[in-house]
Amino acid sequence: MAKIKFTLNNEVVEIDKDLNMRLLDVLRNDFNLTGPKEGCGEGECGACAVLLNHEIVNSCCTPLANVMDKEIITIEGFSITERYRIIKEAFAKTGGVQCGFCTPGMIIATESLLNKNPHPNDFEIKIGLSGNLCRCTGYNLIIEAVKEAAKAGEGLW
Amino acid sequence: MRDISTSINKVDNDEKTSGKAIYVADIKLDNMLYAFTVRSKIAKGKIIKIDYPELPLGYYIVDYKDIPGKNIVKVIFDDMPIFTEGDITYLYEPIALLIGPDKAVLSKLFAEVKIEYKEEEPVFAWKDSVIHYHFDKGLGKSALEEGKIIEYVYQTGYQEQAYIEPQGFIGYLETDKTTLIGSIQCPYYVKNAVIQALGAKDDEVRVIQAAVGGAFGGKEEFPSLMACQLAVALKKIKQPIQLVYEREEDMLVTTKRHPSRINFKASIKDNKINGLSVHVGIDGGATIGLSGVVLSRALIACTGAYAIDNLDVSGDVYKTNTVPNGAFRGFGAPQMFFAIEMFVEHIAMELGLDPLEFSKSILAKQGDYTSTMGVFRDPVLMPEMIEKALEVSDYNNKKTMFKKQQNLKGVGMSLFFHGCGFTGSGEKNIIKAKVRLKKQFDKVEILIAAVDMGQGVKTTFRKLVAHILEIDIDKVIFNNPDTDFVPDSGPTVASRTMMIVGGLVARATKEVKDRWNEGSFVVEKQYEQPDYIKYDESNFKGDAYPAYSWGVNVVEVEVDRFTYQVKVNKTWAFYDIGKAIDERIVIGQADGGLAQGLAYGYLEVMNHDKGKIMQKNMTDYIIPTAMDMCSMETYLYENPYAYGPYGAKGVGELSLIGGAPAVAKAIENAIGKKVFKIPVTPEYIMELMKNGKD
Repeated sequence: MAKIKFTLNNEVVEIDKDLNMRLLDVLRNDFNLTGPKEGCGEGECGACAVLLNHEIVNSCCTPLANVMDKEIITIEGFSITERYRIIKEAFAKTGGVQCGFCTPGMIIATESLLNKNPHPNDFEIKIGLSGNLCRCTGYNLIIEAVKEAAKAGEGLW
Repeated sequence: MRDISTSINKVDNDEKTSGKAIYVADIKLDNMLYAFTVRSKIAKGKIIKIDYPELPLGYYIVDYKDIPGKNIVKVIFDDMPIFTEGDITYLYEPIALLIGPDKAVLSKLFAEVKIEYKEEEPVFAWKDSVIHYHFDKGLGKSALEEGKIIEYVYQTGYQEQAYIEPQGFIGYLETDKTTLIGSIQCPYYVKNAVIQALGAKDDEVRVIQAAVGGAFGGKEEFPSLMACQLAVALKKIKQPIQLVYEREEDMLVTTKRHPSRINFKASIKDNKINGLSVHVGIDGGATIGLSGVVLSRALIACTGAYAIDNLDVSGDVYKTNTVPNGAFRGFGAPQMFFAIEMFVEHIAMELGLDPLEFSKSILAKQGDYTSTMGVFRDPVLMPEMIEKALEVSDYNNKKTMFKKQQNLKGVGMSLFFHGCGFTGSGEKNIIKAKVRLKKQFDKVEILIAAVDMGQGVKTTFRKLVAHILEIDIDKVIFNNPDTDFVPDSGPTVASRTMMIVGGLVARATKEVKDRWNEGSFVVEKQYEQPDYIKYDESNFKGDAYPAYSWGVNVVEVEVDRFTYQVKVNKTWAFYDIGKAIDERIVIGQADGGLAQGLAYGYLEVMNHDKGKIMQKNMTDYIIPTAMDMCSMETYLYENPYAYGPYGAKGVGELSLIGGAPAVAKAIENAIGKKVFKIPVTPEYIMELMKNGKD
């Protein structure tokens, strides 16, 4: 057990924990943030994705120690932003949401991608989403959503 | 008023994008315990002795001795125990639940469980038939006595549903009531199974659907097993318990698509199929469960999209000491459509005919008899759909051109249908679906057991009712089914939800509309089979389905010349689904289904070694990523079915069925060798390039 401090959804938090714990478990159990999901538990599916210093990481493969003094944003924190609103509307408009289990991770992946590359082409979008598995959509409508968000949110990223 | 097909935003988008939707694993209850499943380490034998570690206070073992009712999971064929009583019939068969408050302590205890077995020789060969079906049409086998005989064998592998949310339940007791919240497709399957397991009364079990993170058939019958186990534990421990699988456990122990071997023999006269003999073998795994119904659907689909007068059709479910197989989107049809589509192509090649011209010459038309002497009553739009497919995909040109080119490009086309709803008299005799609408002031609540597992039921049903009543969709209420409030409208399976349940809801809504000024009231409707639908289950005679959805897929691939990796470059899909209740939702189903169908054909490899599934996570079992997918063009055709709401027929399964044969034919076109099994992996292509048939 050790004390660790980090910024979680724009608030500085401190917690006394085993630093080997998975960030995903800490978020879900200690902070009651259940937006990040466990789909595979080994970093393949991306359902647990969060932003670590504005870059996407799989929280199931991130030991708590890795977030010391860093900034974590989960879907709950991201969902109060204007960028989220643009992405959410794009997903709704194109039909990118089906069962929804991969969706928070997909939204995080979209933000991470657009933050680095505000005007991605199709190939760059596919690479950007390739760490997030979706079994419902066949991805096309999600790829459309990312394009739509990039267009509608022009200037935001 | 706008056409009902015009898309609207899905009603549950916001809760899903924001992470607020509540899936089973997101629910926390006070004093909640966790359950781990103790499983066998052998594939066949008997348990001699189990040594459990000493349990700390607050930890429990629950096994078959705790079952108050019957130790059988009620499904279609009741042969799966809730917990084994000592006989082991497959690897990882459930023996007990180990339950307690701390997962770390549970893990430690779990590792200390010692079980002694008397091992027996497991059976993996397909030799013990537990279900055998046979039927004839026309002259049956005797039609095979003349003409040119062509014979081939086709094989299909396992497929894992790979929903992104693993299976799970949480349960608690409310005084005398056992309440289970689950990731499920069929609330009443679960409820009825638990009633039998507990020996409980109807009002002593309550089942509630949580948000479902994908299902694809995988959450049809399997959840009933978990629910029975959990309910037994709740009765004993009387504290809330969560039973949620991790990915590895889910992949190793849950039901999968049945592997199949399909033997075809055809007699050819005047360049037509005069008679067809087919035998379908499927691996049921250790229990029968739904396997008989899966086999039926495969057998009935044996003529593919074609009309063939003389048939000799038989099939067997083989019992093996492997994980039980079960429902998966398509339910026997994907296996058969792969086989028949390849066979018809291979017959044409052997006769020196153009495969597509040959297919077109034997296509089923309106009024033709089905394989079971039912009738294709509604117009069949396939010729029009094929013409469009040829035009937009430039199929003929590409097929000729690719054959000549050095690079391994190819194009393939599949023709298929899906019988909508349950096979045979299931709706009338078993399900007897009931729906209820509650009108209160200016609002209407839809009370049905249909589950939104991503396919958009919550949106399409509210839209349907709002559209008929000409009111705002916000005035229509639809909550996740809770068996304490909704009647049994049947399971969310078999592409029946919109056509059958939606049809009933539409009828009920029309009554609400007529009585709108009466104030608050309830309307109930029960399924009535259209008079003309008559089916004899035991002889496979009559109309096996009330309606058919039809499809054409064109797939273009490129096979790497050195690695034989397959890349799908583009797909074109054409579907007659009667009428889309929401176009964008249907397109989403179409894309997702085709992605699964394509991957079934070339990407998704699953196998077992001595009963052990060799792919235990998403790293070993490859499903498509965004990088694997290509642009998909989809065209919808309107062809209203009289009993479907606004003419809607089934959608969900149809879109999966054509993917595998189309991609397999495209690979054939690319490599110039005949394909006989799926998935068409690089290893298989290499084998074909060396020793395959041209």
